[in-house]
Amino acid sequence: MATDQEDAAAGEAASAASDVTDDVARAVVGRFPASVPHDSHGQPVVYVERDAWHDVARYLRDDERFTQCVDVTAVDHLVDVERATIPGVALERFEVVANFLSHPRNRRLRVICELSDDAPTLASLVDLYPGLNFAEREIFDLYGIDFDGHPDLTRILMPEDWVGYPLRKDDAPARIPVVFKEDPGPR
Amino acid sequence: MSDRTRASDQEEQRLEHQTDEGAQALARRSEVVSGGPWPENDETMIINMGPQHPSTHGVLRVMLELDGETILRSKPVIGYLHTGMEKTGEELTYVQGATNVTRMDYLAPLSNELVFSMAVERLLDLEIPPRAVWIRMMLVELQRMASHLLFQATNGMDVGAVSMMVYGWRERELTLRFLETITGLRMNHNFIRPGGVAADLPDGWRADLDELCTLVERGVRDYSALLSENPIFLERLVGIGTITTEEAIARGITGPILRATGFPWDLRKAQPYLAYDDVDFDVVYGSHGDCYDRFNIRLNEILQSVNIVRQCADGLPAGDYRVQDRKVTPPPRARIDESMEALIHHFKLFTEGFRVPAGETYVAIESPRGEIGCYLVADGTGKPVRLHIRGPSFYNLQGIEPMTSGALISDAVATISSIDPIMGEADR
Repeated sequence: MATDQEDAAAGEAASAASDVTDDVARAVVGRFPASVPHDSHGQPVVYVERDAWHDVARYLRDDERFTQCVDVTAVDHLVDVERATIPGVALERFEVVANFLSHPRNRRLRVICELSDDAPTLASLVDLYPGLNFAEREIFDLYGIDFDGHPDLTRILMPEDWVGYPLRKDDAPARIPVVFKEDPGPR
Repeated sequence: MSDRTRASDQEEQRLEHQTDEGAQALARRSEVVSGGPWPENDETMIINMGPQHPSTHGVLRVMLELDGETILRSKPVIGYLHTGMEKTGEELTYVQGATNVTRMDYLAPLSNELVFSMAVERLLDLEIPPRAVWIRMMLVELQRMASHLLFQATNGMDVGAVSMMVYGWRERELTLRFLETITGLRMNHNFIRPGGVAADLPDGWRADLDELCTLVERGVRDYSALLSENPIFLERLVGIGTITTEEAIARGITGPILRATGFPWDLRKAQPYLAYDDVDFDVVYGSHGDCYDRFNIRLNEILQSVNIVRQCADGLPAGDYRVQDRKVTPPPRARIDESMEALIHHFKLFTEGFRVPAGETYVAIESPRGEIGCYLVADGTGKPVRLHIRGPSFYNLQGIEPMTSGALISDAVATISSIDPIMGEADR
């Protein structure tokens, strides 16, 4: 890969980091140098490496007192017409998004991880935040993203024998034809 | 003698195995009465409560592992009401989006519309006129009243106070009737839209509102007189379905269930949105984290909401009820008759919708059931890439397991009822 570009990206990331005023986002970047802070419409966001996903969550819970992981969800960017670029972040097809909330400090932080198309897998956070059990199952169910270490990774919303992952952009909604009663069938 | 005995024995055996019609053999009476031979070594049994059980509020199924009547483990199973609303949301424009999200939590549709609209407005960096903000605040508080009034009805019915069902629905219907005079619909209003609200308040709304507030307050007084110190009701709820603050937070539980554990967390106070800074209200919280605290919190939150609604009515500023940004707001109806450009503008806005610049945001508000959030990703077109609603019921349902562990099966009914789950929101 072109190292010049990577250097340039790292430089941009450093300049982006200095723009971000949120001290938790800066602390996360200080601890995990590969992550990139970002300010999204006034909300602090950190883009983290896939391998650091679990460690970042543990750090947020234990050191930064983020007591609750309010929500975790995923996005499929396959057919985006236009996509906001974040300097220093290599954008991939899937994003897994976790919203953390700290009750004692009354603040939020969003952590995003980019996942490539090819066998998307991420470490499960259920051991840290048991409330994510359903949410990670939902992502598995609808996006086909695996969570390593999840105690019960099964389909939750779709039927157990469903084939495919409905919220993926290449999963066509009309794949299964609707059969009407007393339909004479195709002529 | 012995022949007669044998004959009567045979007769008895025949009768034991025969119905009155004499048509079919039955199991022995002893087996029918005792439920058949009980397996000696199989001590626990797994039964499904739901998805059609009346106390599961829709189509929730709870798998219970029972030892006699004691629940050892429980596991909620959801998905029976999954209708792919998030997928549908990706196919609808931002103008149409509110009609979709409003159907998720069907007891608090205005909260869904509000959180969706706030997410779109944040991506557009739109500033909403103060009158729209106050109308929105009044509407979601009316919605909170309606939702909690219905909870009083269903919770009362689930634990055996069947007449509560009639009373709770009565007051809720009054609230919905008032919402109908404002929005045109009892439910699924599609009234709060990106850019403001759909219409200004109708003539004579203030007198109706004052009457409604009086009636609801009287209703809450009646419920309190009926239930709050009723020994049978207390027996069913006090100390049942307890959960600690730490466990509730770890499991993502929010709203009245979290407040019942003695943790006064309410997004209206903690992270104020709309104009909650400017109104005076209390965060109601409990101390034991049991079903009774949850009942009591919701009962008192109705009164707090009445209080906020009155303040909204008094403090309602004059001005526009929607933002005068032609990008998101159609031209006034009267202009369409005289201007072709206005007609085209109106047509384009409702067919193609407006474009939202690429970006992502998460907005959270306090719905009657807890934190409802909207994670919205835009790609510069007229439709979102991703519309995710963080439904409070989806997370609150995970509290069933710690709440019912070790409880009796009849307490499971009271516990599920006190969680107040809305399956439309959990399954989306």
